Amino acid sequence: MFTFDLLINAVAAGLMLGGFYAAVAIGLSITFGQLDIVNIAHPTFVILGSFVAFVINESFGIDPVLIGVVFMPIFYFLGMGLYQIYYVSFEKTGQESLSGLAFFFGLMFILEVLMILAFGVDYRLVSAAYIGETLHIGPLDLPLRMLIPAVAATLMTIAVVLYMSKTFMGKAIMAVSQDRLALQLMGADPIRVKRIALGIAIATAALAGALLIIIQPVEPSVGRLYIGRIFAIVVLGGMGSISGTFFAAILIGVVESFIATFYGPSWAPAVGFGILLLTLAIRPQGLFGRA
Amino acid sequence: MKLDKFWIACIAILILGFVFTKNADNEFYFFTTYVILQGLVMAVAWNILGGFTGYVNFGAAGFFAVGVYTSVALNKAFGLPLPVILAVAGIIGGLLGLGAGYLTLRLKGVYFAIATLATALVIETIVNNWKYVGGAAGTYVLQPKQSFIFDNYIELLFMLMLVLSVAAVAISRYLSSSRVGKGLAAIRDDEVAAECMGVPTLRLKLISTTAMGVLMSIAGAPFPFFVTFVDPVSAFALLIAVNAIAMPMIGGTAYWYGPVIGALILGVVQETATVTISSELNLLIVGVLLVLFITMAPQGIVGVYHDWRKKRDAK
Repeated sequence: MFTFDLLINAVAAGLMLGGFYAAVAIGLSITFGQLDIVNIAHPTFVILGSFVAFVINESFGIDPVLIGVVFMPIFYFLGMGLYQIYYVSFEKTGQESLSGLAFFFGLMFILEVLMILAFGVDYRLVSAAYIGETLHIGPLDLPLRMLIPAVAATLMTIAVVLYMSKTFMGKAIMAVSQDRLALQLMGADPIRVKRIALGIAIATAALAGALLIIIQPVEPSVGRLYIGRIFAIVVLGGMGSISGTFFAAILIGVVESFIATFYGPSWAPAVGFGILLLTLAIRPQGLFGRA
Repeated sequence: MKLDKFWIACIAILILGFVFTKNADNEFYFFTTYVILQGLVMAVAWNILGGFTGYVNFGAAGFFAVGVYTSVALNKAFGLPLPVILAVAGIIGGLLGLGAGYLTLRLKGVYFAIATLATALVIETIVNNWKYVGGAAGTYVLQPKQSFIFDNYIELLFMLMLVLSVAAVAISRYLSSSRVGKGLAAIRDDEVAAECMGVPTLRLKLISTTAMGVLMSIAGAPFPFFVTFVDPVSAFALLIAVNAIAMPMIGGTAYWYGPVIGALILGVVQETATVTISSELNLLIVGVLLVLFITMAPQGIVGVYHDWRKKRDAK
């Protein structure tokens, strides 16, 4: 069974899959890693992005990636609104940890049920010219429905890294969980910084969702599978380091692709959770985090 | 032991339940109360860890499914009688709970919650690939023909769940009102401080996670005989995990009777909504109620009641 062709194709598929995982995990890396907001509803927002792409693609035939990008600002405001609710209900009263967690759990549930009510539990697809095309380079097969999301996800990662490292607001977001007071002395309002950060995080879900529905058909509860996967990526990536998150995503993508190729796809979902449990038990600061 | 009001009430409930099986003939009542009571056991079990110590378990469905599939496997392999199956399910669930307890050594707060979620999904993947118990396709389970002293099997299952509920509430009440409960509350408020004061935090947490594991797993064990068809989707249903959290949160997590109140109210509302409107709407109700209570009344119904009484006394 084991051949060289199979091996390099498994690696290539893993790299592309991992690139896409980065798009899903980045939003959580910002909220969980930098803001200490445990948004377990993040994958559900990604699925929401998928359904937005589905509805518009079906009615107007617009390219799903473009839809994802166009809807980023709308999701950005959604995220800002979400932070406002979270802040007023939990952070202000200092109960964010446990109640906040249960709040996002409930929110995830509500969003999922609303999507089931609106779209049913059928798998939905988008259509675009490149879905179904494959790029052949020697023995390497690169399906465009994997390659295009991977490239788009990588570009989005680079954009977020640049924003976080070059702009004042980006640096403020990186700083907000470390030293609130120092941030205030620098003339930045922590509440506003966090609001913008959660806005950006949810905005990435719009694009990630559009990419997801290019890769595979989507139904409302698909998001649950991503919870363990992206938490594994974020923790493995060292909590809040965007580039660490990207490399951890690639790693998980490659491992999953290997398991799927050599053991069967039904075991792949356990990879993320298994790695997450191991990481939490052995090295909670992640592969790329400081001890 | 002195026979106080609580024990009299427990015995009265059991006798009433038994009289009920002898007088009601509509099986629908037993199906409905079984579902509500199953939710109650899960909620009370969740609260023993979540409410008393503050460690959130998102993997309640995983513990439940361990009981379900222990039952399926034992029934298929040896055709063991139900009491033996319950005992084995309890032991396996307890061991899993014990494992979760050791996990708390390394993982605090949020990380523990995510780890429980991850554990549940790893178990689900294993079950999906375990062909013997039906894998992803599911399997049929036959109800035993004889039903002891009851007219039919559903009455027996109902009575069993009623006994389990009373037992779960009694355990939860014992844990919260004894020295153990004071220790657990100390862990919830400040684990490091509790440890420094000489509270045996690890031992208490292990007691609490094991009790939770045993109860959740036993709650799941009769499930295959109740539904007669089991697949991972029904055994690991998100609703089970959400209800286990929502019921205590709505009732009030700080007291042993909080989850009981929450489970009865939410259970009745859900069953009514499922019958009269639709099962999706039933899911929506849970989610919305959970979020509303967490944001507006974090102490639950019991907390609201206490506040109201305090205000009234102050006047």
